[in-house]
This record gives sequence, structure tokens and C-alpha cells, in this order.
Amino acid sequence: MNLAGFAILSALAIASALSVILQRNPVMSALSLVVTIFSLAVAFLSLGTAFLAAVQVIVYAGAIMVLFVFVIMLLDLGRREPFRMTGLSRKLIGLAAAAAFFAQVAASISATGVLGAKPPAPLSPGYGSAADIGRAIFTDYLYPFEAASVLLLAAMVGALVMAKKRIER
Amino acid sequence: MVTLTHYLALSAILFTIGVAGVLVRRNALVIFMSIELMLNAANLAIIAFARHRADTGGLVFVFFVLAVAAAEVAVGLAIIIAIFRNRGTVNVDEINMMRW
Repeated sequence: MNLAGFAILSALAIASALSVILQRNPVMSALSLVVTIFSLAVAFLSLGTAFLAAVQVIVYAGAIMVLFVFVIMLLDLGRREPFRMTGLSRKLIGLAAAAAFFAQVAASISATGVLGAKPPAPLSPGYGSAADIGRAIFTDYLYPFEAASVLLLAAMVGALVMAKKRIER
Repeated sequence: MVTLTHYLALSAILFTIGVAGVLVRRNALVIFMSIELMLNAANLAIIAFARHRADTGGLVFVFFVLAVAAAEVAVGLAIIIAIFRNRGTVNVDEINMMRW
């Protein structure tokens, strides 16, 4: 991927991520997060995995964010959080903590030495395709795959129990 | 030429924006969305490293992270709905007592 395309992509991702945390209306935050997810899907595509890009769009944008929007509409929140009610001191502390965190992450990653100019390893022809990932899941990673299905069942039961109305006796 | 460093920088910036969102916002749903933003940033970092080392295991890991994120969102939103039913608000400043 050339640098201009990556610059546009990252600008879009960062702008929509900032919009997620800065919007007052939670529905606008959810829509901004959808834009972020799509731009990250394009980033996954540029990294060679078209399969994970498609899965990202289908699962994250198509299921998870739809669930978010459903819940926001169900709770009927509207613009119930006036952003100016958050005190200036809290915003400044949050920004300072985030900046310190970013500095720490940047220092840690540069200290490991993975950022050296080592060229990327050569890719096998089917790298990142559904066949490649599927072969890995059903041979080497079969146990986590089955465990993930149990996890999804547990999450479904848990969500149903938590969200259903209690009947007063 | 876009190298690993570019993708890691983008991932770190998105993760930091997610951290700032969790710290500054008071709406439980927006906090939850910032957490999902952090998860996405981590996914980007894992896929960038997997591409750099031509490793398929990283991609499988991201696949499972996506599945776990879906399960977590379902349960988390159910909890938020239950809290809203009991307290009438999703402002985390007002949900600070286990018993009132």
C-alpha cells in the first residue's frame, strides 16, 4: 500500500475515533464507530487478509454495532449527557493520562527493537485467505475453536437472563 | 512504502483515543464503545505483526478476539439494560453505590 493511501486511511480512522469520544449524542458515537470499523477493515485488507476484513465488517459493523444502536434506541437516551457537565479538570486529567499512556506505549515498543528496518517475511501464496485461516483453525487451533463456541453459548444464555424482565410475584 | 511502524503508530493512536474516551465520558454506552475501539486497535496491531512475520496464528487469534468481542458486547449491553431498568440512568457518576 502506498503512503498516500495509508495517510488518507489513517486520517479517516483517527477522525472517526475522535468523533466517537467527542459526540454528545450516543447514536452519533455509534455511527462514528462504524466508520472507524470500516476504515480498519480497509487496513486489514491492505495487510493481506481479505477474509478478516470481511469478517470484521460482518461481525463488528453488521452485528455488534447494530446491537449497540438497538440498545441506545431501546433506552431512549437522546442527548441526555451534556458534555459540558463533565468538569474541565476531569477532561484535562483524562487527556493528560491518555498522552502519558501514549508516550509509555511508544517508548515500550521502540525499546523492543521490532521497529528496525527488517523487511517483512515472504508470504505464502494463500496467506490470509479463508482457506489458510480455516486450515489453521480446524487443525492447530481446534480446541480454542470449540471453546469459543461454548463461550458464545454461555454469553447468549447470560444475556438472555440479564435482560429479560423480572415478573413481580 | 508503509512499514510495520506505520500500522503500529495508527494502532497506538486509536488505542489512546479509546483510553481517553473511557476516562472522560460518563455515559456507560460511550465508555463501552471506547472499549470496543481499544479492541479494534489491538486487532490492527496483531494483524500487522502477523503480516510482518508471515504467521497465520496471529490471524486466527484475531478471529477469536472478534468472537469474544461479540460475546462480550452481548453480555455487557444486557447488564447495561438491567442497570438502566433498576437505576433509570446510564450515567456512571450516578451508579456509584451498590446499595442506596
